[in-house]
Amino acid sequence: MFSSRFYTLVYISRTVRFFISFIHFNKEILFMAANLRLWLTACVLSAAAIIPGGAASAAGSSEVNPRGLVLSLSCSSCHGTDGKSVGLIPSIYGKSTSYIESAMLAFKSGARYSTVMSRHAKGYTDAEIRLIAEYFGRFSRNK
Amino acid sequence: MNMSQKISRRDFSKLLLTGATSASLGLFGTPSRAFGASKRVVVIGGGFGGAAAAKYLRKLDPSIAVTLVEPKAVFHTCPFSNWVLAGLRTMNDISQTYTVLKNKYQVNVIADSAVAIDSTRSTVKLKNGMVLSYDRLIVSPGIDFKWDAVPGHSEALANTRIPHAYQAGPQTTLLLNQLQSMRNGGKVIICPPANPFRCPPGPYERASLIAHYLKAKKPLSKILILDPKDKFSKQGLFKQGWEKLYPGMIEWRSGVTGGKVVKIDGTTMTVTTEFGEEKGDVINLIPPQKAGKIAFEAGLTDASGWCPVNPVSFESTIHPGIHVIGDSSIAGVMPKSGYAASSQGKVAAAAIVRLLQGKVPASPSLVNTCYSLIGTDYAISVAGVYKLTADGVVEIPGSGGLTPMNADADQLREEASFAVGWYNNIVHDTWG
Repeated sequence: MFSSRFYTLVYISRTVRFFISFIHFNKEILFMAANLRLWLTACVLSAAAIIPGGAASAAGSSEVNPRGLVLSLSCSSCHGTDGKSVGLIPSIYGKSTSYIESAMLAFKSGARYSTVMSRHAKGYTDAEIRLIAEYFGRFSRNK
Repeated sequence: MNMSQKISRRDFSKLLLTGATSASLGLFGTPSRAFGASKRVVVIGGGFGGAAAAKYLRKLDPSIAVTLVEPKAVFHTCPFSNWVLAGLRTMNDISQTYTVLKNKYQVNVIADSAVAIDSTRSTVKLKNGMVLSYDRLIVSPGIDFKWDAVPGHSEALANTRIPHAYQAGPQTTLLLNQLQSMRNGGKVIICPPANPFRCPPGPYERASLIAHYLKAKKPLSKILILDPKDKFSKQGLFKQGWEKLYPGMIEWRSGVTGGKVVKIDGTTMTVTTEFGEEKGDVINLIPPQKAGKIAFEAGLTDASGWCPVNPVSFESTIHPGIHVIGDSSIAGVMPKSGYAASSQGKVAAAAIVRLLQGKVPASPSLVNTCYSLIGTDYAISVAGVYKLTADGVVEIPGSGGLTPMNADADQLREEASFAVGWYNNIVHDTWG
């Protein structure tokens, strides 16, 4: 009695509903993941605060290499004090030593595109880049 | 003109070993400021150099008492003042204050001028009569003008009819008002100074941004640049940009082709060059420059009119215990720019922290980055990384340099966006 057109419509609506439920499911998974991440971060932070010599106090007490400091002061002019940018230029603050080092080496070799960074990176030896990466890496939880 | 200081190899190793003259005095038992309990640093001048030095001294060592002497409550930055002339920014947008330095970094900011430095007593006298004692002094007075270099010119004329607009503030407003009241079809004459001078690309960015304004509002107008020099900063990139964005509007006349100004008449608004006379509706003459007034009065300058310094700590080679940073200092091949001054302020601050602890300062690393806007979506940049060698402060070979001549429209647009990001961070790193 029902036309094939009716069955086609039913099929389409079921497919759409399936996809909508799938999206909801995905959203919930993402929400749970975000919560888990927040919780883990909180755990790490409180552990660092409670345990003597935890991540936070280790970063604070470590002697800053004077040459590393002088080299890194140059970066803050464009990337913000302590690498915390207030504008369009990316922040360095919070990035790990290994990330900063590999990014600078990629700018230096030209492997990574930039407007001005490769012109800057070419001004430093690999050892100086390491010192800069270590200086800013102190602010990161991932050393 | 090559301003790099030649240092003999022996002197160079001595520099690196001792860092500064008075640190070596301290090591050999002379009563030294370095090992005293008191750590008082006075900073004269609250521009890019002085403000950055004051902030970073407090940030790096909170046990140092820092006093900043600056007469202006609001400092207008020269960077982005050309954007004001184009109507792309307001004077308020380029205003910086000392609130954060006072409240967050506990810098003692005194709104007054320093009138005298006594290097033997280690004191600074202020206009209001107050006398400040220091263990280390930082002098960052920017530039002063050689008013007698162009016959017919004077400071009074600059404040009324022929603005330089090379110290941002009322001078910028004066030039802006003149441009806004100029007729369509008028002629703007820009006269850049001879080297060395503050912000080498400044006059040419200014020509670009005045052209941006005139093209939109007064398209029959022309800009004539009368230059004593035969080449200028980012020349190829500027000329390429002018041809693309403002064809036929900007004429640059070099020194050998009659660009050198020999006389100026503010009443008839006439500029006389070696080749003849030019009348302008607006004349922006930027006089030749020298170190700021207080640097001369304190005997910190040499025959060049600028201040020789130890490049490790920017300590004066004439008066130990006094550091000169920014435009007034002779910093090898570094250009005189706000950005360079801020970089020097931080290097001097880090060195002074070490010296006051009786330690040797680290070998310096300095940087410069300057953006010039040619049109709203069109900016070019120059970068430089500098370090100390036996030849003084030199640019690291293979580093730095300009936006490439073949940069595409996307890259030039990106550079224009980064110019804004650059401004926001450099002023925040200095005053914020």
